[in-house]
Amino acid sequence: MSGKVGVIGVGQSTFVRTYPGSIRELVFDSYSEAMKDAGIVGTDIDATVVCSAPEYDKQRSPAGVIAEYLGLNPQPTFYAETLCSSSSTGLRLAYSLVASGLHDVVLVVGFQIMSQLTSVESQERMGRGADIQWESPFGTMMPAYYAMHARAHMAKFGTTPEDLALIRVKAATYGQLNPLAVYRKPVLLEQIMDPSSFLGAPVATPLRGGDCCANADGSSCVIVCSEEKARSFSRKPVWIKGVGAASAPVNMAGRDRLFGLAAAEEAARQAYKMAGITAADINVAEVHDCFTIAEMMAYENLGFAKPGEGKDLIRSKETYKEGRIPVNVDGGLLSKGHPIGATGGSQIRTIVMQLRGEAGDIQVKDPVFGLVHNIGGVGLYGNVTIFGVD
Amino acid sequence: MAKSELDTRFSEFGTVSFASVTRVNDFIGHLQNGKLMGARCVKCGKNFFPPRAQCHDCLTAEMEWFEVTGAGKLVSYSTLQYAPTGFTDEVPYTIALVDYGAYKVFGRIDGSVPRDDLAVGMTLKAAVSRTANGQLTYVFNRA
Repeated sequence: MSGKVGVIGVGQSTFVRTYPGSIRELVFDSYSEAMKDAGIVGTDIDATVVCSAPEYDKQRSPAGVIAEYLGLNPQPTFYAETLCSSSSTGLRLAYSLVASGLHDVVLVVGFQIMSQLTSVESQERMGRGADIQWESPFGTMMPAYYAMHARAHMAKFGTTPEDLALIRVKAATYGQLNPLAVYRKPVLLEQIMDPSSFLGAPVATPLRGGDCCANADGSSCVIVCSEEKARSFSRKPVWIKGVGAASAPVNMAGRDRLFGLAAAEEAARQAYKMAGITAADINVAEVHDCFTIAEMMAYENLGFAKPGEGKDLIRSKETYKEGRIPVNVDGGLLSKGHPIGATGGSQIRTIVMQLRGEAGDIQVKDPVFGLVHNIGGVGLYGNVTIFGVD
Repeated sequence: MAKSELDTRFSEFGTVSFASVTRVNDFIGHLQNGKLMGARCVKCGKNFFPPRAQCHDCLTAEMEWFEVTGAGKLVSYSTLQYAPTGFTDEVPYTIALVDYGAYKVFGRIDGSVPRDDLAVGMTLKAAVSRTANGQLTYVFNRA
């Protein structure tokens, strides 16, 4: 194979608190959108990568049932998992399969049904995404780990709870415009700062309800394609310009810092280098805002702001649609909800639509480069992917 | 070795233990004797906490125990008002990371330390303790 690797189709189910169906039916919702978007049929697909985080539903080895239901036998199918970044890991694998010349068209499917568990059960699952031997026995959960990062960021840089709340206010501004989002109501700064309100109640100090995204059920689908086939199939392929991926110690005790995510920083360095660009060239970004502090750290880890200056970006609204670097103008995980395995694909879909100029109310003016930052666990896995129009 | 002869002492660690058989089960024996221990590679001298049975740098399993003593600095902490399955009876509780220089230790801050007194950078020391349900653990107290 010579040449570039493109994305020719994207799809996302409506993210909901409770999907009234099974994982295969949920996946079909985004698959059908992506296939119509690409204008291809099942026999055009050479392989399927199925992505989710384990233990939220009962199905073991879900790649088999998904491929069967989508009519994608006898093509190869396999499962990819890096917790919350599973589907951007799937994209990385699809990129490799196409770039190597092994396949021309690879389907990346991400899904999660979280509503079959209670909220405390799902916190237990997420807690076991940490080290079950040395950390989970203390009663850890995702909000608490990110809260420790928030506390460290505040102590080092003077970031305030209001700064974090401003990120949620921005997310809600755009969540109202996204028909596929779970949370579509406006959020006021005062609500998050009021401890007696739902959004202001402490969850794990210093994070409050409004700082946290919600569990959701959803699926996403991305169709990756060789340059030659992309040009024959697609009216407007978007190209994968840089794929960065890194890991960090799962144990907090193994981390050299808590005020940023080293895996995100390393993945970004790789992606910029491969694309031959810098942070200043990015016109629109989707970052993994599972918590407000995660978006704040992303500003700095991606180079949109210097370390400690992420708060200035949000205070001056530079990450709004009209700002210097629009971030999460689809509402982010904070508005859309976070169906773990589907999240990366949803972020990719938003950036692909932005680069095609098809993002509607949230369209950023003439973007050339878009970036997706998708994080698994508490910065355990970091994927940064850069897309471009040429 | 028959299954019944397996050393499963690690199941005694923490409010809810998710592990039982590990080659560092002497960690539990040391906790029973009132000592919090890490592991050091005999060859390169690197200190590991949490303790481990093998050194990834030297590719050896020759490790020795060392005691976590003295004071460390509080890197960060969070008080949970909401908890996962198995821990909901214990809220609020505070998890923390403490830096001892050559290694860091993750755990809980003892409930007797007033939450208003907590600050990043303060000094804390670890002590062996029991959870509310009688399991072995360690906690951080004021140094």
